[in-house]
Amino acid sequence: MSGVVLRQVSKVFANGFKAVHEIDLDVVDGEFMVLIGPSGCAKSTTLRMIAGLESITAGEVRIGGKIVNNLPPYERGIAMVFQNYALYPHMKVHRNLSFGLRLKHEPEAAIRSAVSEVAGILEIEELLDRLPKELSGGQAQRVAVGRALIKKPQVFLFDEPLSNLDAKLRASMRVRITELHRRLKADGLNATVIYVTHDQTEAMTMGDRICVLKEGHIMQVDTPARLYDAPANTFVAGFLGSPEMNLRPATLVRHADGPALRVGGFTVALPDDKKRCLESRDEGEVVLGIRPPFVELATARSTTDTVEGIIKFVEFMGHEVFIYFDLDGEEYTAVNRIENPGLLKALKVGERAHFRFLMDRAHVFDPTSELNLTLS
Amino acid sequence: MHKTLVPAVSPEALAEVRRTERRQRRSALIRYAILIVCGFAMIYPLLWLVGASFKTNREIFTEIGFIPLAPTVEGYIEGWKTSTEYTFGRFFLNTFAILIPKVIATALSSVLVAYGFARFEFPGKKLLFAILIGTLLLPNVVTRIPQYLLFRELGWLDSYLPLWVPQLFAVDAFFVFMLIQFLRGIPRDMEEAAMIDGCRPTQVLLYIVVPILKPAIISVALFQFMWSMNDFLGPLIYISSVEKYPIALALKMSISVTESFEWNRILSMTVLALVPSLVVFFLAQKYFIEGISTTGLKG
Repeated sequence: MSGVVLRQVSKVFANGFKAVHEIDLDVVDGEFMVLIGPSGCAKSTTLRMIAGLESITAGEVRIGGKIVNNLPPYERGIAMVFQNYALYPHMKVHRNLSFGLRLKHEPEAAIRSAVSEVAGILEIEELLDRLPKELSGGQAQRVAVGRALIKKPQVFLFDEPLSNLDAKLRASMRVRITELHRRLKADGLNATVIYVTHDQTEAMTMGDRICVLKEGHIMQVDTPARLYDAPANTFVAGFLGSPEMNLRPATLVRHADGPALRVGGFTVALPDDKKRCLESRDEGEVVLGIRPPFVELATARSTTDTVEGIIKFVEFMGHEVFIYFDLDGEEYTAVNRIENPGLLKALKVGERAHFRFLMDRAHVFDPTSELNLTLS
Repeated sequence: MHKTLVPAVSPEALAEVRRTERRQRRSALIRYAILIVCGFAMIYPLLWLVGASFKTNREIFTEIGFIPLAPTVEGYIEGWKTSTEYTFGRFFLNTFAILIPKVIATALSSVLVAYGFARFEFPGKKLLFAILIGTLLLPNVVTRIPQYLLFRELGWLDSYLPLWVPQLFAVDAFFVFMLIQFLRGIPRDMEEAAMIDGCRPTQVLLYIVVPILKPAIISVALFQFMWSMNDFLGPLIYISSVEKYPIALALKMSISVTESFEWNRILSMTVLALVPSLVVFFLAQKYFIEGISTTGLKG
């Protein structure tokens, strides 16, 4: 068992700044959990508290069922990969890898076989006799992962490990780390991973579940698909997904057949499940959330789900097109696949066009609590 | 034959380029002439010292040039013998007997104290650090008398202990400050990685911090080496028997014991006294410069 459990964990720094506010998080055994949030959301602080590099002001942290609040890092059964690799500059790669084992006075033969095994997995055999300064960024990162892997820890902690790499390397390392986790699982080492990043592509592609943080509070913890399709609040809705979700003011109105939305002078009907969620709510201000792919360019006006906007800007991306349009003073983004080149050619900046909102993929949020009102 | 694509340069442009080159050469020439003259004026006393050590006593005061007319090593031979029962070799050994423990003690204690200040939080840290920096501004002479009284009470006079022991307590704030600055420039990640790998704080210091600090530690050792080599006041106060004299005192002694002293002997021994510092400096120059430049301190 190597689950990580945080119960009412807080962190107050010496200067009185409260970075983490009583968070609860359950990372189950063998899970790949991603912590994500904008800078200053305390994701790294949380990770460092789990690692034991930062003291815990209140609450408790359990690793594998055991409270570790006051244990030093080396007694927590963890390994960590740092953003800037943190390789020991005066040791060759094989020494860097084996440093932890040597401290434990493991027999030389065991150390040698562990080093060659890890070097094989990460394809760094030919780098073993080099110094860290002779490695490229990607190589150094692989060594850093190797140094964590060699300890066969219960829990792997990653602190933005890919943010110093260029885009191409990042993509390949992303796959490599995910694959490594899967492989360890297949080999029977059910390692739990907690991975901090600010990159949503990493979060969406790597995580079994994602924990979204904002200013020391947990906003939502769920699978990538659920976070995308059913964000709990406007913060999560706006944070994940690119281009960003359109979050624009709308008015909830009541018609004979139930609640509907008024957006920029147009009435948009709601699907039945969303109607049910909003049944008990009074008329008034709400926030409409709809992702750009679910705003479609339409040829004609329909009364139930279409609005008319003025095109502000058009970006051709090759396989799709980004259309920025103005609807009663609010700017919306639509992302459409190029299926009808003739229609797209007709797009002229400054002209009016019809857009259909795919309302079964839309969300309605409360403007003050920012919570999603349409989660069933 | 294929044609070159570079367009032909017009004669006017070529002439302009030549003129610029000439101008640059001329200004470089003037610059270097000034630098060489100034540099020579700076190094002249040293050259004179080396030259004069090979002169006879009479020539030293009659000839202005630094190249001896009739080079002789008489000054070295006679100077080495000294006017005492010991050779100059004895004073060299004494100097190293003071120096080596002093340098080691300084390096050890300064690293420990700097590590503490740079990496740990403890109550009163700010005040203690302010006091440490305050002692940088305190002239050394101020503490001489109380120190002398203290060491007299301990019965340490006429031994090397008063020169060694204080260094175990990181008394040279300059070195501690220099190491702290160096440590501040090093990210903590490596130390944290080592903690996760299983290091206790002392092991982090030993296995990670000390190797990374190596250039700075070598600079500290070098500074202490050179300063102690030249230290005159310390040994003068505490050492009274000639058999324990270091070079600095021995040189002074050869001036005062005889009335008409042999300048060439003194100069010869001065030249020899310079050698260890120079040798050590050139051997460790690489680290020394690395250590100084990374701390942002200039010696």
